[in-house]
Amino acid sequence: MIGFGLIKGMRVTMRNFLRSPVTEQYPDRRVSPIEAAKMAGLNPVAFAIRKPAEAFKAATGMTSVPVKVKQTPRFRGNEFAWYEERCTGCASCAKYCPLGIIKIVTHPGGIDVQEGESYAIDVFDIDIGRCMFCGLCVEACPYDALHMGSQFERSSYVRADLVITVDQLKANMKRPSSWFRPQFEGMKYSPFEDKAMPEHKDAGRHEKPLPGQLTEKWVKER
Amino acid sequence: MTLQTEPISINFGPQHPSTHGVFRMRVTFDGELIVDVEPVFGYLHRGSEKLAEERTYTQVVTLTDRMDYVASMTNNQAYILSVEKLAGIVPEPRGVWLRMIAAELQRIASHLVATGFLIQDLGALGTPLMYAMREREKILDLFEMMCGARITNSYLRPGGVFADAPDYFWQALRQFMDDIPGQVDEMEELLGSSEIILQRTKSVAVLKPGDMVNAGITGPMLRAGGVDWDLRHRNSYDYYDRVQFDRPLHHASDNFARYWVRIQEMRESIKIVEQCIKAIEPGPVRPKSVPFLVRPPKGDSYVGIECPKGELGFYLVSDGGVSPYRCHVRAPSLMNLTLLKEMLVGTYMADMFVSFGSTDINMGEVDR
Ligand code: SF4
Ligand code: SF4
Repeated sequence: MIGFGLIKGMRVTMRNFLRSPVTEQYPDRRVSPIEAAKMAGLNPVAFAIRKPAEAFKAATGMTSVPVKVKQTPRFRGNEFAWYEERCTGCASCAKYCPLGIIKIVTHPGGIDVQEGESYAIDVFDIDIGRCMFCGLCVEACPYDALHMGSQFERSSYVRADLVITVDQLKANMKRPSSWFRPQFEGMKYSPFEDKAMPEHKDAGRHEKPLPGQLTEKWVKER
Repeated sequence: MTLQTEPISINFGPQHPSTHGVFRMRVTFDGELIVDVEPVFGYLHRGSEKLAEERTYTQVVTLTDRMDYVASMTNNQAYILSVEKLAGIVPEPRGVWLRMIAAELQRIASHLVATGFLIQDLGALGTPLMYAMREREKILDLFEMMCGARITNSYLRPGGVFADAPDYFWQALRQFMDDIPGQVDEMEELLGSSEIILQRTKSVAVLKPGDMVNAGITGPMLRAGGVDWDLRHRNSYDYYDRVQFDRPLHHASDNFARYWVRIQEMRESIKIVEQCIKAIEPGPVRPKSVPFLVRPPKGDSYVGIECPKGELGFYLVSDGGVSPYRCHVRAPSLMNLTLLKEMLVGTYMADMFVSFGSTDINMGEVDR
């Protein structure tokens, strides 16, 4: 019957109209007057009387608060977490990057807290302007020194700003993503909760053996 | 008195919102009737095949993501299967089940996009497309849990997948699987019951099955013409021989048939994912013996899989080194465009983009 399909279609539309919205508000979310009153620590009536300007603003939908986007722990963001103590300057990461955008310059003779003898790093540039966040560098790192980051708000007006230098890597907050790092998943660590960030000791799949253990392994076993 | 008229050529694209990418068509109209079509492509050519010759076998996975960016999991799968055949790698069962789950979810996502854009091309701007996108978003969320990225996944590795899916993935997948059949029904109700859609899509842009076979068209387009050709069934790569699924066929070979087949295939994919969830067992997800630098022996391999658009095949030649000597992609999107002229000539201007969209091509894959 002609016209019946239209009614059916409208039914689908109505069903969807009644569903709760799925839109993620980002970077800000509007605040209702009641919520605004709660945030000000007052009950709504007192809020309207004591702070009429703010109450009016909230009622017209002009008050907003910043929100965080929900991400999963494995999310590969555009910032890297790098533990100086773990890195030996082996440059495996630079070699395995499909685009060749990691530049490492070292000089011999560094002593590394975690891994023992290593090269000292002079330059460690990651040009994230060309990075595709595939994570192969992280997969290649044998000492778990490099991790994908979890943040994604690193846009800039100048391309030169998109190069992460070694100083930035050292200064960055260490919020490694658990991509290719099963130890973080075991720890139930999530980069999006404001818990204590993992130290270099927690970041690896192995710990530096004590001298005694090394003797055990290399001397006594022979 | 009769009016003196002459055909007029109009240029669509490459920057046209409804060409599904940077695609250009020079169309000659007689009034509203299409009399000639000349497709021009190559605007998105990035030389992926050549770039693959410079990269190691693992690094090429990242390039395959960017070919058909609406279905990157199946692209990964086709490439990895070809590498495994070339290098003689036997994958781990859990890895295979995981990538089958990923591939079938990707098929649902890709068909959702195709269906949503049909309604969009028909003129229902926005809203019905968002219904499809909302469901696709849930699948992308699942991918993010699995591998940390939504579109450019790079999840598969020779021998399986790079890491096991976390616990919360399985909960979210269960919830999604309970939810999606209803949404597919709703989509079908919207699409299959509206007289406007039926009148605009039925008996438009009909292709002969024989022509399609000769032109190398594969996938839902071919099955909408009644040709029973599904590589999951014919070649049964991975573990597709261990799951039961139907191959929906339609015989009209018009725009509506193409979308009907896609909707039914979503149901079949849901069935396959359910069976995969049942069959999957704990274990390693990729063999320890596969090194980061895969070095296959001299030789070549071709594996074609049934991706959402049709037969996607990777032909790899190895000279014994760490990167392919030659890589060629049999892209279903490109092949499915071969009958564009036959399809469009004789139809009207308003149906042009609906018919074009019904081929469900992706420019990233056409131009590579
Ligand atoms: S994420 Fe990929 S592209 Fe980016 S630096 Fe690492 S290997 Fe290179
Ligand atoms: S980050 Fe890892 S792979 Fe890169 S130089 Fe340091 S230890 Fe080597």
